[in-house]
Amino acid sequence: MTNPQTSTPDTTKAHSTAPATWKDASEIDAAIARMADDLTAMIRERGIAPALMIGIHSGGVWVAERLHALLGLAEPLGTLDISFYRDDFTRIGMHPQVRPSRLPVAVEDRHLILVDDVLQTGRTIRAALNVLFDYGRPKSVILATLAERDGRQLPIEPNVVGLRARLGPEEQIKLAGPEPMTLVRALVPKRRRRPEGEAPSGAAEPAP
Amino acid sequence: MSATNPQLDGQGNLRHFLTTEGLSRALLIEILDQAEGFLGVAQQAVKKVPLCRGKVVANLFFETSTRTRTTFELAAKRLSADVLNLNIATSATSKGETLLDTLRNLEAMHVDMFVVRHASSGAAHFIAAHANPHVSVINAGDGRHSHPTQGMLDMFTIRRHKGDFANLCVAIVGDILHSRVARSQISALNALGAGEVRVIAPRTLIPAQAESLGVRVYHDLREGVRDADVVIMLRLQRERMSGALLPSAHEYYQLFGLTEERLSTAKPDAIVMHPGPINRGVEMDSQVADGPRSVILEQVSNGIAVRMAVIAMCIGTQNLGSQVAGETDV
Amino acid sequence: MSKGPKLSIRNGRLIDPASGVDREADLHIADGLVVAVGAAPGGFQPDRTLDARGLVLCPGLVDLSARLREPGLEQKATIASETRAAAAAGITTICCPPDTAPIVDTPAVAQLVHQIAERHGYARVFPAGAITQGLEGRQITEMAALKQAGCPVLSQADRPIRSTQVLRRALEYATTFGITLFLQPQDPDLAEGGCAHEGRVATRLGLPGIPQAAETVAVARALALAEQTGARIHFRGLSTARGAEILAMARGRGILATGDVAMHQLFLTEDDVDGFDADCHVIPPLRTLEDREALRAAVSAGHIQAICSDHQPHDADAKQAPFPETAPGISALETLLPLALCLVNEGVLELPAALARLTSGPAEILGYGPARGPGRSIGCLSPGSLADVCVFDPAETWVPMPGNLASHGANSPFLGIEIHGRVHWTLLGGRVAFER
Repeated sequence: MTNPQTSTPDTTKAHSTAPATWKDASEIDAAIARMADDLTAMIRERGIAPALMIGIHSGGVWVAERLHALLGLAEPLGTLDISFYRDDFTRIGMHPQVRPSRLPVAVEDRHLILVDDVLQTGRTIRAALNVLFDYGRPKSVILATLAERDGRQLPIEPNVVGLRARLGPEEQIKLAGPEPMTLVRALVPKRRRRPEGEAPSGAAEPAP
Repeated sequence: MSATNPQLDGQGNLRHFLTTEGLSRALLIEILDQAEGFLGVAQQAVKKVPLCRGKVVANLFFETSTRTRTTFELAAKRLSADVLNLNIATSATSKGETLLDTLRNLEAMHVDMFVVRHASSGAAHFIAAHANPHVSVINAGDGRHSHPTQGMLDMFTIRRHKGDFANLCVAIVGDILHSRVARSQISALNALGAGEVRVIAPRTLIPAQAESLGVRVYHDLREGVRDADVVIMLRLQRERMSGALLPSAHEYYQLFGLTEERLSTAKPDAIVMHPGPINRGVEMDSQVADGPRSVILEQVSNGIAVRMAVIAMCIGTQNLGSQVAGETDV
Repeated sequence: MSKGPKLSIRNGRLIDPASGVDREADLHIADGLVVAVGAAPGGFQPDRTLDARGLVLCPGLVDLSARLREPGLEQKATIASETRAAAAAGITTICCPPDTAPIVDTPAVAQLVHQIAERHGYARVFPAGAITQGLEGRQITEMAALKQAGCPVLSQADRPIRSTQVLRRALEYATTFGITLFLQPQDPDLAEGGCAHEGRVATRLGLPGIPQAAETVAVARALALAEQTGARIHFRGLSTARGAEILAMARGRGILATGDVAMHQLFLTEDDVDGFDADCHVIPPLRTLEDREALRAAVSAGHIQAICSDHQPHDADAKQAPFPETAPGISALETLLPLALCLVNEGVLELPAALARLTSGPAEILGYGPARGPGRSIGCLSPGSLADVCVFDPAETWVPMPGNLASHGANSPFLGIEIHGRVHWTLLGGRVAFER
């Protein structure tokens, strides 16, 4: 699962968009622990056990791996790549690196926990729901995100959130990882016509 | 007079897919990586992704080939594109319409991509050169020249079994002279850095100065497949079996037909490939075709993923072009 | 030829390869003939004087193969359009292959071509008569009648004579009347289906190839028959080193054979076909760099006596198809002289020798050399010759483009390339057929 290309923070950015750590590894560990507690409570409260956990590539998978272990879920973790469902294909073309979606357990008629790293516009989650529904019809889906910030463009809200941020429109937060995971804050880079490599996780969520 | 590669746009993105020749290793790898992603679509309950929704792909087949056309059709449909199948072999050109007339008519129907199969070498290049700038062309086989999606699906299949190309020895057996598949395989293998590419056939089926393609030429099957990691058998067209190229299918099989026994000099884990359809008892016997080393059926399913990758990459690039135009205009 | 005006061309560099003249000299013309080189005859009063200071004057060029497309293919070009292009290019004599529609296999068609050409008056047009009826390679034509009707030579154009017996009989019969046969040496079976030189580039592009042996087999067959029959043959359009070498050897043994090469074969190679450039689709195909160098050497040494344009104008549709389906040929009249000057600039041969391959060499092959007698010879400027003259500026540069070519054919790989050599005047039988 570890992809060395995505694990190192991008140091090629111009000075003006240089990332600064917003939350360090220990703060993230604490946030994930809180999320695990909230999820456990929610699963009990809603009676949705055994729930199937699915992480969205790449950062969502890193977070989901931690949550999956903390919750001690018996069934394997599913992973989802939303590249083929992005709504900006006609503007920026193919995503240069697509990892196959892996759903080792059928989603049909199951309760799902969808995990992502940063929720901003909501477009990634819209795409992820579309992917899921092309695999089958889940009974319910709850959304857990490590961080939630302003800038929603679709009526999508998380059920479980680790951290909340309010940022300027030209700013973004991204998850760097997977070991150690840090949330970095930077200016939105000018869109490159064709990204040569995978940007740190979170970039899959298209900016307005 | 070597112009810039007509397959690429100004930024080096794939705009048309006409031949594997002249494409960088990085781009070929990208095609394989993208195909890897598309392989998963077949696992979905709904075997379809919305990537090319609203796009129109026209299968322009001047030479009938149900197999190739079907895989392209399926690939385009799995990308949610609309597909037009035109069997020109029996329609337009017989009414005196030129190839360009046909092209213009289809462009008027707002086609976004042509998938072209034609009996003449260079036909796909010709169509790409004359198509509207927002239309992409994929070569589905032109004469003896190129069949790049077949070549890439073979590379994909090889990579899935062998991992890297660096130290691979690949032997291609059969009618190299007339084979567009062989040409695409050879240039792709060389671009991907294969250790050694061999061709094996009697002299009548080897093109002039074949070595200039970047291959070693063998005329003895046992010698040619010795220590090979991959053995690719080419289809021998029926019409080549009579006349002066070969005395008979019988002698061809005796000398160049693949059997378990003749395969014994290859590496123990060698895989056997064939673009299909197989002439059993001519190119290989059934024991090999259906045996444990045969990956022939995998090639077919890999073909859909590779064609999805190429269609999506070309259509994705079209939009980049229009975006660039928009940026410079405003 | 009707009586023309009296003309003097003064102060130019006069190059007449046939008589070995290369010096600054005036040329005096009267009644359609050259009357003097150098000083004017006593009492000569020209009606017009052309000042050729800084220019070269030479015999009008003689082109052994240019297709005019008329009769039958007027959508591509006409005798009027192409002879006008010839005049603009300094070409005064054109030998056109018989593959028109109808084919030049009867005196009537030959006379028709003559009549149309004379009506327009831009160039002398000599139709090559067909060797076999319908160019089908079976039944020989009425050769004596064709000669009588103004066909100086006979040709099979690019169609084969498969039967060696028919070729032998054709050679024998033609020899009875002293007629030279033009043979385009290409074995039809070895060349069948081919559209490019069988070699590195065709192998890579998957283009059906034409092997070198397609030419050498045909050259060797024809030479063997020429030796047997004593016939006079001319190889039209050699393309290989080996073909040129065999011809040179045969000539050394006294066989009455000559040869020419299309100008583009001295510049382009198989590599120019790369990218499926239909303008480089020619038959015989563009060969290797080694072949090109050998052909240049043969032209320089005189083993090849003529360079022709092999002009083949096409309508746009003819080249708008996948490479193998395009019509072969280059529209080449107007680049003939500039490319010859390019050979001089590249040191392949001296200017007088280059002009010899375009004037006296081909005129001899057509049987119109000085030996033909006063008032009848072309390709030379000695007194008594027909006053066909080309006056050109060897230094002037221009860029051929569809818009500045007189030919109806714009199918040329040399378009858009700057070339040297611009014709200022072309005289045909003492009259100005073209002036810039």
